[in-house]
Amino acid sequence: MAHSPLLRAFGKHWLKPLTLVALIAPLAWLAYQWALMLAGLPSDMGWNVGQWTHRYLGDTAIRVLLVTLAISPIRDITGWAPIAIIRRRVGLAAFFYTALHLLAYFWLDRSWSLPGLIEDVTLRTYIMLGMAALTLMIPLALTSNNSSIKKLGRRTWDRLHWLTYPVAILAVAHNLLMVKIVEGNPTIHAVILGVLLLWRLGRWVIGKFKPAQVAA
Amino acid sequence: MDLKFRRNPDYQTLRDEITSERLFMDRRHILSAAGFLGAGSILGALPACSEPEQTPTAPATAGGHPAPGAALAAKKTAFAVAGGATVEEAFTGYCNFYEFGTSKEDPPRYANLMKVSPWQVTVEGETDAPGAYALKDLIDYSKLEERVYRHRCVEAWSMVVPWVGVPMHSVLSKLKPKSTAKFVQFETYLNKKEMPGTNRPSLQWPYVEGLRMDEANHDLTLFAVGAYGKALQKQNGAPLRTVIPWKYGFKATKSIVKIRFLATQPGTAWNKANANEYGFYSNVNPNVSHPRWSQASERVIGGKGGFNERRDTEMFNGYQQVASLYAGMDLKKNY
Repeated sequence: MAHSPLLRAFGKHWLKPLTLVALIAPLAWLAYQWALMLAGLPSDMGWNVGQWTHRYLGDTAIRVLLVTLAISPIRDITGWAPIAIIRRRVGLAAFFYTALHLLAYFWLDRSWSLPGLIEDVTLRTYIMLGMAALTLMIPLALTSNNSSIKKLGRRTWDRLHWLTYPVAILAVAHNLLMVKIVEGNPTIHAVILGVLLLWRLGRWVIGKFKPAQVAA
Repeated sequence: MDLKFRRNPDYQTLRDEITSERLFMDRRHILSAAGFLGAGSILGALPACSEPEQTPTAPATAGGHPAPGAALAAKKTAFAVAGGATVEEAFTGYCNFYEFGTSKEDPPRYANLMKVSPWQVTVEGETDAPGAYALKDLIDYSKLEERVYRHRCVEAWSMVVPWVGVPMHSVLSKLKPKSTAKFVQFETYLNKKEMPGTNRPSLQWPYVEGLRMDEANHDLTLFAVGAYGKALQKQNGAPLRTVIPWKYGFKATKSIVKIRFLATQPGTAWNKANANEYGFYSNVNPNVSHPRWSQASERVIGGKGGFNERRDTEMFNGYQQVASLYAGMDLKKNY
């Protein structure tokens, strides 16, 4: 099934544009909610629009990041190689939503107050972790293009982009420590990340001790 | 567990009501949109024409106390907050009541499942008048007062609420606490069918909170049965809750079914969940940060379009008259 002509055509012509649409959709929905709110119509954002907005962007960023990490396992399990071509743009979208999340928080929560931001980053562990995740994403975002791969060489590029794992761990820890008690979404994010990391660990262990079987 | 809950027949019968409530909210938004477009005269007439619709016509319950939303007569008092009360829809629409779920919208969505009539409050512990009291025997509805207090949540937001209730000491004195009673503990109603959030282990259920007797007997402390001139809505803690305006909101207990007089400091729900972050006293204090956020300022909920101004948080939430209760205490240690 992974090699049917239809699927190949889909991978070649439709996968990338459809991925782009799917990645823009959460932002479009946010824009729609803001348009409703600015027009005085009921929106889903409730009585605390500022907090709702930066949390929505943060949740979206983490989910897109988890999708980035899920692409390789999906490729390996289904054997459908073309799916890997969307990995870079999904990763870029994760950075994009993370940057918007920070901007929304800086604007709507801290009212552009730099001392306020510095106080948060230095005093609050979970914000420190979030900032660390964002900082580590910057070199990844800057090198998510073909010319960077050529310049760095595949091996160096791969090694650099291995940072995605610490980024995801920092982001999920940031999310878990933000809430008052163990609840809903952050826990689900942590479980999904745990499964993705265990899957990779499993592959690494198998690859180390039974190289012949992986090659088969 | 959500799914299990949605299969509950009670929920199914409520779905229609929930929908109509949503339409009701939409209508409000259309009205405010008219105001937004600059129709000043319409806006001016709004309070008068929206009044009858907002007061449901269910005067009393089987328990003999007013049903949620029923109009209450209350004596006005001098307790006021500059700037006036928060818009009522924010008070009833943005709630923390984890028994119904952890999001702010869960309580207004699900609290209708809770049965608040008849309602009994059990009094026990260090008292000469233990027993089960009907709500109407506990609260003298002819002596209700309206007090406008600022309500400060530990999550760094605040509202201004015109509470309707009676000073707590007027009730506690009837309940004859013994001289050995140094603390009083309050317990929230618990019913796993009616409160979907209690099927999750977010907090230890039932929710319990407590006060030192001198805090409970302070004139600011209330047993509230209403707000905005009406009996409390279920999502706000109907039919009976505490109000302690100089403490963070979670120190209040909603939908109270038990009052327990104790010789020693009682356990409290948030302190049990995370003692490093939520102390027994939990007085509003801009100088003591919550470990994960600053308490120096707060968002004032109810701003136009959901945009909320920030204001500086005041010591004891502005209720300096309680300072003497804590004379000699290190409030950084006793947070």
